[in-house]
Amino acid sequence: MSSAVTTVAQSAQQSAPEPAPASAVAESPTAAAAQSAAAPGAAAPAAPGAVDWPAADYSGYKLVPARHPWRWVGTVMVALGVVAVAWSLATNPRWEWGVVAQWFTAQSVVNGLVETLKLTAISGALGFVLGFILALMRLSASPLLVSVSWTFSWIFRSTPLLVQMLLWYNLGYLYEKISLGIPFTDIRFFEVQTTTLISQFAAAVLGLTLNQAAYSAEIIRGGILSVDQGQLEAAAALGIPAWRRSTRIVLPQAMRAILPTAFNEIIGLVKGTSIVYVLAYSELFYTVQVIYNRTQQVLPLLLVATLWYVAITSVLSVFQYYIERHYSKGAVRNLPLTPLQKARKFFATHAPVNLDRAKEGR
Amino acid sequence: MSAVIEGPTTAAPAAAATRGHVDITNVRKSFGSTEVLKGVSLTVPPGGVAVIVGPSGSGKSTLLRTINHLEKVDGGYITIDGQLVGYQVRGNKLHELREKDILKQRTDIGMVFQNFNLFPHLTALENVTEAPVVALHRNKAEARKRALELLDRVGLKDRAAAYPRQLSGGQQQRIAIARALALDPKILLFDEPTSALDPELVNEVLDVIRELATSGTTLIIVTHEMGFARDVADTVVFMDEGQIVEQGSPQEIFANPREPRTRSFFSKVIEPAFNI
Repeated sequence: MSSAVTTVAQSAQQSAPEPAPASAVAESPTAAAAQSAAAPGAAAPAAPGAVDWPAADYSGYKLVPARHPWRWVGTVMVALGVVAVAWSLATNPRWEWGVVAQWFTAQSVVNGLVETLKLTAISGALGFVLGFILALMRLSASPLLVSVSWTFSWIFRSTPLLVQMLLWYNLGYLYEKISLGIPFTDIRFFEVQTTTLISQFAAAVLGLTLNQAAYSAEIIRGGILSVDQGQLEAAAALGIPAWRRSTRIVLPQAMRAILPTAFNEIIGLVKGTSIVYVLAYSELFYTVQVIYNRTQQVLPLLLVATLWYVAITSVLSVFQYYIERHYSKGAVRNLPLTPLQKARKFFATHAPVNLDRAKEGR
Repeated sequence: MSAVIEGPTTAAPAAAATRGHVDITNVRKSFGSTEVLKGVSLTVPPGGVAVIVGPSGSGKSTLLRTINHLEKVDGGYITIDGQLVGYQVRGNKLHELREKDILKQRTDIGMVFQNFNLFPHLTALENVTEAPVVALHRNKAEARKRALELLDRVGLKDRAAAYPRQLSGGQQQRIAIARALALDPKILLFDEPTSALDPELVNEVLDVIRELATSGTTLIIVTHEMGFARDVADTVVFMDEGQIVEQGSPQEIFANPREPRTRSFFSKVIEPAFNI
């Protein structure tokens, strides 16, 4: 039985790369049809409907999946490449892993990391809230709200972030004082020096938030547009109030379209915060720069920053996976397996020894 | 399907027999330069079953959607039990109501759509309980209990935890009917409820509607199912080009249509085997 199986598998493998079908294969009806279709001039070997092969019963045969030798070759090559890179990373002394390890958890670096996380969290959250409002404005029936929202996105998407940062930081040069009062009168409820209001931190948050809002407004608008109009109609017909229609019916469905791009933006923002170095704001990247300017260990310290960015992105990616999974409820017939469940299933079905058989043997 | 046929469930629908009088007066509506309703008037008495038939583009669905103010009228008015839909009288003008008041009116008017429009991210049960809790401020446990009764009534109590995409088209439409019933509406509007269904699923939905026809709720149904229209209707309304061409009992309309337009329409849509 097993020898018969291997011969079938071998002949299938041999015939696969050859363009002209071997005589044994040509007997099958599909191959014959393919042949006649490829060469219409040639006479068809058999009239349609005429059966000129012996009736066969394959019910006792075992099914053998096709083998893919090139896949294995490819896998081995890639594995060799990975090993080579890893080897050079580990053995080349110029990477100075010792220095990396020394600075990785240094107090100043950790402080910088905290600042980076703070900037990302605050401007990410505020940016998306403002973006949500801008998206609703853009989708509203009021021409004024639509054009204000459009203009906001237009301006902030067309100005370099660097310029925005410097502009906010130097706002005190343009407007010495910021005050709240009644326009065209001398009545002031409150007045403050711009330079005391706009610190480095405030300028950084302001710049990142407004810029982020312009981009996330478009992302959220796209998500809302992807939800079927009938959903709103059905909700309206059921007497569900407008705010609830947005938050309970439309937004959860829009999230599926919003999330992948939104996480792209947040991950971009994590690294984008490094631009606040122009304000001499000591977040992760600026801190690292300050250190290597002093110690001249440029590459190892850049590596320290890189490893932290990789760590943040990895954590965010895990969040992304589970949040996306949460919002795919009802959108797919059955929820996809989590990586953990997948791994469990893989080891259950691809175990080196057949567990089922081992159990039966007992 | 036996669950569906089993008699009236609660006392609530029986009480509804005294309400749900729909009066449509000279309603006009245009989309751009196309006039889709050219002065339509129709009266459906409480507990009545009106079936609107007619060719595509005749304005049937638009008329139905004006009844719950999903479509604003350009002229004319609609009343339910004497109360204007979507407007209030101030002086000698009809002022459009605020959104909040329109939503309140809509809780008396259930609607079932051609494409079901179930909320795909909510389970069958959540679909049915959403509106009673949010729009009628019922408490959750009570709404849930009532929803399960309604799911039982449409024969889907065991699928309460399923998401719409895990259900067949016929099952989805039956959930949509339960969702509309959850507000205890005076009136139910059906916009081609079986047009998106495979032929073998049509009957399970029609059976549910048939059962509702005897419950005392006013039904206004747009459909292409002529056999069903004949079975279930008190009044059959034939519309063409934005006007009601003819209306009457199923016997009158199907057996002896007076208008040539009605006759030519039925000769196209009713197979020869169909006999009155």
